Formats: sequence, structure tokens, C-alpha cells
Amino acid sequence: MTFLEQHPVLVISVIKVAVLVFLLMTGIAYLTWFERKAVAHMQSRWGPYRAGPHGLLQPLADGLKFLFKEDFTPDGVDRFVYFLAPFLALSLSLVTIAVIPFGPQAIVLLGQQTPLAISDVNIGLLFILAITSLSVYGVALGGWASNNKYSLLGGLRSSAQMVSYEISMTLSVVGVLLVAGTFSLREIVEAQGGYFLGFLPRWNIFSAQFPQVLGFLIFLTAAFAETNRVPFDLAEAETELVAGFHTEYASFKFAMFFMAEYASMVTVSFVTSILFFGGWHSPFPPNQVTPYLPTFLLGALGLYVIYDGLRYETIFGRVVLPVLGLAITALGVLCAWPGVNAFVQAPFWLLAKVFCFLFLYIWVRGTLPRFRYDQLMGFGWKVMLPLALLNVVLTAAAMLGRGR
Amino acid sequence: MNVELFLFFLFALMAVGGALSLILQRHPIHSALSLIVVMVALAALYLLQGAEFIAAVQIIVYAGAIMVLFVFVIMLLNAGEEERTAASRMARVVGVPVGIFLTALLAWGISGGASSQAATEAVVKPYDTKQLAVLLFREYVFPFELTSILILIAILGAVVLAKRES
Repeated sequence: MTFLEQHPVLVISVIKVAVLVFLLMTGIAYLTWFERKAVAHMQSRWGPYRAGPHGLLQPLADGLKFLFKEDFTPDGVDRFVYFLAPFLALSLSLVTIAVIPFGPQAIVLLGQQTPLAISDVNIGLLFILAITSLSVYGVALGGWASNNKYSLLGGLRSSAQMVSYEISMTLSVVGVLLVAGTFSLREIVEAQGGYFLGFLPRWNIFSAQFPQVLGFLIFLTAAFAETNRVPFDLAEAETELVAGFHTEYASFKFAMFFMAEYASMVTVSFVTSILFFGGWHSPFPPNQVTPYLPTFLLGALGLYVIYDGLRYETIFGRVVLPVLGLAITALGVLCAWPGVNAFVQAPFWLLAKVFCFLFLYIWVRGTLPRFRYDQLMGFGWKVMLPLALLNVVLTAAAMLGRGR
Repeated sequence: MNVELFLFFLFALMAVGGALSLILQRHPIHSALSLIVVMVALAALYLLQGAEFIAAVQIIVYAGAIMVLFVFVIMLLNAGEEERTAASRMARVVGVPVGIFLTALLAWGISGGASSQAATEAVVKPYDTKQLAVLLFREYVFPFELTSILILIAILGAVVLAKRES
């Protein structure tokens, strides 16, 4: 008996984890490129432009720079905690992806039926809340161990902020839980299938029990605070604290904090899409055209990249960009293939929603100024918490009124 | 070797090791971190027993909320390493016999001296989340509400104490 036959679940899980972590890390790398590019254009700049056509090789250049920089450990740091903090931050923000379901179908891998997720657990939502509640340690301990007053202030600020907003975040999810009646993310998504009046999707934000608009807004705001993003990035406020909790971190340890922030942005976008926006369900009711929307969208993007690439300034760009465009177009055509078409719908719509939320994150960063610290705490406790409680009470009352 | 048994010993060792480290560390932050390790290991042990909800709540409440406040206060006060004082030497004289006594008591309890069939069954019975909620909000709703009022009073007390200083 081979090792595979003895432990099929173990082997398949390792394969799924490896594939998903590779995809996630690549996605994070290009998310930094996308953010720099989008914010630059919002501010009438070019953004990364030199490394590769349209700066597409910038993430690679950044990665190499982080690897080859001197890894400087300042004097007087608490060595164990100083090294532990970036590992905690990155691993905790990556582990959330383990319970995200990407589609309804089971896939066959090595002759075994397995769900389209690393694991399908009954308490998926609670697992995510548990990991989120732990993720404060990376920032707080990093700030404390650095033996620097700015780092310490950043760490203190972020732990107080994350504890405060976590309460509103957890309470805003209660509305979804009441409507869905389960902790399983797969079942929460499945309950959101179908359409009202033939066109309005039955997502939780439009729920018939009680529309979770308020819950969504609270969740989104709290998620911005939990991921330490603008306008709640008090933990690394450059104007006040140099660079906040990661002032004393250099080289790859800094990169790990950086990747942790982007990984938690991605996972929070996944959770938002799943809880409030129907997960893998398409926003359009199925008819003759909708199954080919992925093909149309990818094909249009690919053709535009070819068109843009042929006019690019450098010879390198005139070769690379059309090839990239051809690859995207080919992917789009592949999505029209009957077998692939049915399979690709669910992951495509989930990823499209996640992309929209990631753009929202970047858009907000390019738009809003930072809160003052007392405003941040006042807003969290005096506005967000009562509104989250109100949402719970209203949802429960609406469901009770309908006799459920 | 059975995977579940292996995981049980892994997390049990983690819990015991974390608890020892909690006592032996000199710096409060290191002790707090050891306590977090104990909490997470206990949550994993609950998960191995099939108590998913309890495991998640263990992490959210203890490791994620209470210990964050511990770490926050230690950071805020910038507490240094603990020092040996006359009182801590006294604690050693009293502590060792008391520790031995408690261990003996625990060992006697586990080995069956004080076991009753009913108590064991109530613990072993596996609950899923829904059953737990029904029990908590139907049968035990009065003690549950009483506990929340107790916690509310504690919060109000903390607010009153904090206000007086400013």
C-alpha cells in the first residue's frame, strides 16, 4: 500500500494548500502592483513604470530587494518576540483562506471526491472570527518587541483599535447568522441562491427576512479597521509615528508584515462576498447569455491588452504585452468550452466580487484622510457598536414578526 | 500510529509545556504568550473531542479578547522582568506543599476516587451548536441571564472606577 492510499485526505489537503497558497501569494504580489498603479492614477501620477511594461515586473523586483537587503536587528530588542511577530502576522492572515468555499461542486483529485475548498468545516464563520481575533498579536507584539517608542505606540494603538472594532464586526455578522441559521460558509452561500422577481439576486444584503444593508456597512467599516487600512491605519501613521509598529523591521521581516496586510485584505474581501453578496452565485439570473459572461469579460480584457501592447513604447513591451493578452484571450475562450464553462462559473463570480472589494479598499485609500485617534475610538464605541446592536435587534424582530 | 491520538498527544504536550513555561518565564509578556499557547492547545483538544463551538469560543474569548487585554496592559505599563523579594521566597515555602497537595487531590479524582457515573456522562455527551443553544436559552436561561447581569455590573464598576481618577 502506498502512502497515498493510506492517507488520501492528507495528501489531497497538502496539494490543495500548496496550490491555493501559491495562487494567493501571486495574487498578493500583483495586488501591491495594482494598488500602486490605481492610487497613482487617482493622484495623476504614473506609478511603477520602469520594471517591465506598465511596471508589471515591479512585484518581482520588490521581492528580490526584500530578500537581498541586510536583515538588521536593532539593539535591545526582545529577540524571540521580535522574530515571532512577523511570522504570527503572516501565518494568521494566510490561514483564514483554509475555510473559504470557492464553489458548490466537488472536484475529483487523485480519484477522490473533495470539496472546492481546503476544508469544509461546520463552524467556518466562527473559525474566521477566531483567527481574526488572534491577528492583533502580530502587530502588538512586533511593536512591543522593537524597543522603540514609536513602535510601541503603534502596537498599543492597533491592539486597542482592533479589540474595539472586533466587537462591532462580530455583532454585524449576527444578522447574517440569524437569516442563514448556520455557521457553515458553504450553507450560508447556498441559502443565498435564486432571484426575487426574476432579476434581483437573493443575497443577504437584499434578504427577504431583513435586508442586511446596515450589517454590511458595519462589517465593511470594521473590516477596514481590522486590516489596519486607511482611514484606520493609525498603527502605522507616518506623520506621527515614523512607520508605527514596523519601524524597526527591515528586509524580509518587513515584507512579511506587508504581505500579512494584503493577505488579510484578500481574505476579508472573500468573507464579505460570501456573507453579504451571495458568494459564488452570479448576479444575473441564468439564461442563454450569462454562462458566457466570463468569456466576454476575459476576452475583452485580453484583446485590449493586445491592442495596448502593440503600441507600447519599448520593444520588450511590444512582445510581452501581446503575448499576455493572447494568454488572457485564450483563457476566456477556454471558459466557453462546455465542460469548463459549467465548472468555471462559481469561482469566476466569487473572484469577480473579491476583485470589486479589493478595488474598493484601494479606492478608499486614494480618497479618505486618516482619522484622529480619539475620533476613531469614539466612532467605534459610540456609533458602530450601537448600530450593530440595532441591526441584531431589528433582524431578530423582523424574523419573529414573520413567525420564524 | 492513529492520527487523532498523535494530535491529542501533540496538543496535550503543547498545553502542559505552555503551562510550565507560563510559570517559569521571568518576563510578563513571555508568560502571557505561554498562556495564549495553553489556550490555543486547549481549543485544539476540544476540537478533537468534536466540540467545535466550544473550541472556537475558547479562542475568540480567551486567546483573542482576554489575553489581548493582558498583553495590552503589560505593554502599557511597560512591566519589566519580575524580581525576587522576601514575599516570593515565602511563596516558595508555602507553595510547594500546597502544590503537592493539589496534585495529589487531582490524581485521586482522576483515578476514580470521586467519580460518579452521571458526571462522566454529562461531560462525554457530544453537543452540536444548535443543541447547545437550545440548552442554554431554554433550560439554563435564568443562570445565563444572571451571569450576564453580573458581567454588566462588573463593566459598570470598571467604568465608575476609571472615571473617578480623571
